[in-house]
Amino acid sequence: MTLAIDKGSARADLPEPKPSKKIGVPKEIADGERRVAATPATVKKLQKLGFEVLIEHGAGESANFSDEAYQAEGCNIVDTATDLWAQSDVVLKVQPPQDHPNGQHEADMLGADKSLISFIWPAQNEPLVDRLKNRQATVLAIDAIPRISRAQKMDALSSMANIAGYRAVIEAANQFGRFFTGQITAAGKVPPAKVLVIGAGVAGLAAIGAAKSLGAIVRAFDTRPVVKEQVESLGAEFLELSFEEDGTGSGGYAKTMSPEFIAAEMALFAEQAKDVDIIITTALIPGKKAPLLITKETAELMKPGSVIVDMAAAQGGNCAVTKPEEVYVHEGVTIVGITDFPSRMASQASQLYGTNLCHLLSDMGGSSDFKIDFEDEAVRGALITHAGEVTWPAPRPEKPPQPAAKPAAETAASTGVEAATEEKSSIVQASILKDLAKWVGIAAAASLFLTIGLSAPASFLSHFTVFILACFVGWQVIWNVSPSLHTPLMSVTNAISGIIIIGGLLQLTGEINATTVLGAIAILVGTINISGGFLVTQRMLKMFRK
Amino acid sequence: MSNNVVTLAYITAIVLFILSLGGLSNQETAKRGNLYGIVGMALAIGATAIGAGITNYAALVGVLIPGVLIGAVMASRVEMTAMPELVSMLHSFVGLAAVLVGIGNYLQPDPTLMGAEETIHLIEIYVGVFIGAVTFTGSVVAFGKLKAIISSKPLTLPGRHLLNIGLLVGTVALGFVFMGATGTAGLPALIGMCALAGFLGIHLVAAIGGADMPVVISMLNSYSGWAAAAAGFMLSNDLLIVTGALVGSSGAILSIIMCRAMNRSFLSVI
Repeated sequence: MTLAIDKGSARADLPEPKPSKKIGVPKEIADGERRVAATPATVKKLQKLGFEVLIEHGAGESANFSDEAYQAEGCNIVDTATDLWAQSDVVLKVQPPQDHPNGQHEADMLGADKSLISFIWPAQNEPLVDRLKNRQATVLAIDAIPRISRAQKMDALSSMANIAGYRAVIEAANQFGRFFTGQITAAGKVPPAKVLVIGAGVAGLAAIGAAKSLGAIVRAFDTRPVVKEQVESLGAEFLELSFEEDGTGSGGYAKTMSPEFIAAEMALFAEQAKDVDIIITTALIPGKKAPLLITKETAELMKPGSVIVDMAAAQGGNCAVTKPEEVYVHEGVTIVGITDFPSRMASQASQLYGTNLCHLLSDMGGSSDFKIDFEDEAVRGALITHAGEVTWPAPRPEKPPQPAAKPAAETAASTGVEAATEEKSSIVQASILKDLAKWVGIAAAASLFLTIGLSAPASFLSHFTVFILACFVGWQVIWNVSPSLHTPLMSVTNAISGIIIIGGLLQLTGEINATTVLGAIAILVGTINISGGFLVTQRMLKMFRK
Repeated sequence: MSNNVVTLAYITAIVLFILSLGGLSNQETAKRGNLYGIVGMALAIGATAIGAGITNYAALVGVLIPGVLIGAVMASRVEMTAMPELVSMLHSFVGLAAVLVGIGNYLQPDPTLMGAEETIHLIEIYVGVFIGAVTFTGSVVAFGKLKAIISSKPLTLPGRHLLNIGLLVGTVALGFVFMGATGTAGLPALIGMCALAGFLGIHLVAAIGGADMPVVISMLNSYSGWAAAAAGFMLSNDLLIVTGALVGSSGAILSIIMCRAMNRSFLSVI
């Protein structure tokens, strides 16, 4: 592969077993699109994979990457889009192909044995997929890469959502007339801003992190209870409904909830709207119009000067009064319907997107073994058209995890109010039972203590005191452990529990008899545990340090 | 070395263990936490070895060094993905050690103990051996499940709760036989109870599905801590009591936290 890099300068009369593939990066032509599919930094990685990189003149300009910067990395600058599409083997783009100002459609500029990687949104763009199929070209939609852990490094949806979440907070701050953080100054006290983030996916979590680090009080809501821990680890408060329903769907998204749940949710939002200053909504359900979460009435409940950022504006909006791509004031509340958050941070977005593409190309074999591997789950998922066939959607081996909550939700939906009241009464019953269990527990502990106090000798009691205190110390020390450390913690406590060999040591006195032999064996196995446990922990922690 | 110095070394070791657990609950201090644990352990073993009137140093060195070597080799050879298996196997060692220490202790009765003190001492041995045996077999089954030697499907025998209760009743009944025996005559009852407890451990873990295994391992970890604490009671050694209780309670908490993280009810897993 190092050979391939030199080829740009080497002469072609040398015997070349495999000429390096050419990657073409055209200038984005969509309105307001400032991103570019490769930055000077990612170009370097592409070259390491053996590719030769062609950049259209001015492609990186709106993301602040000049032609010279690309040239400095050894890219060839091509003057026109037509030439670029004709010369490259693999075209990297951001937006789906569309009509080019030069009169041609971008799909038509793509040659038969060529490849295209970009956002395609095949579900929404059937005519485009058809058109690409007729070109006989190989097309990979970066948005269709399955959200499996192995493909995380090429998950452009996540990297864009992360940027969007951050930017949403910045846009909100831009419209909001106060500090985010609370301050006490000589000129008076400033209360911190309160931010409500609805939907704690990648974008929502990024928004929570950004708002929190600006100093706001952040609350978050999501239909999937599993994200509670993530929300709380970012320092936000997780709002919960007193309602049992799990909204976990497939691929990291939520599913549609039952009407009762939605009613309870709406009530929560209306109540929160009176209190918070900024609402950021990020709720999307794949393949459907975005759910309506903030009604006109709820929006009007907010204090004048408040801000709503509707990150789902492009998919129909989570807020009833959102106007896509517009920022306007509705009854004193600024409604931000911007849809191009990532493009507003073009250099950052290009860098992350370009890196995602590099990972994908590297998985596809780089320049020398560039191929479409139907067995590769990530590549197969992204493959939209290949050799004149539409290959999307890919056959799905795995089903979304659907726990028992779903049928429960459906029955609740069909039987309506009765089911809801029944549910409530069962919750009340459960809480009474829980209370009862608590009191029984306390009574049992009290009587146990009384028995011990009355019958046990003093020597035992002093040990018992130590024992109980140590239990509490253990309890307190562990309570705030961060989730990533569960396994190392377990293995270190395991190593420490090898302290039992002290028991064996104490038995290793006097002449050899059954006790000393047993003690010696105990020491042997205990020592294995101690040294093994500590070493394993050490290895695990080393892994965390990168 | 005087007893007071040993006690002070124990206190230092305890503090180091607490710092170790505290350190490991945070990413930045985790490595230091592990180091504290190692130093604490070395201190505890060193102080005991020098101070507690141990005469058989040859035997001590003869088992200590191979133990360290075997552990080190196992830990450095294991694949990162096989880590949970290793941890559960190590748990089984603690359980085994607890059983051995308990039985060994029973075989060497302390003639100074009288009346209530003797009763409590016997109860301590009995409980310690019981927890140790459950931990031992439970961890072996957990290891087998993780290693896919045993099917990871939950084993649901009919009337399994009854079976568990029956085993517990049997344990308590044998306990009375054990307490009633004089000298070391209760040994058969103790061994019999080991068998029952061993079966209980196997059955408890076999009934748990593969997905809940991390919680089970953490529970077994907690049990191994309680076993150490019980050993501490029977040897009236505060270091063992404190460390065992630390490990036991932190393991229990960790299991609860993990259950919450996986959105499962703690009781439904156990």
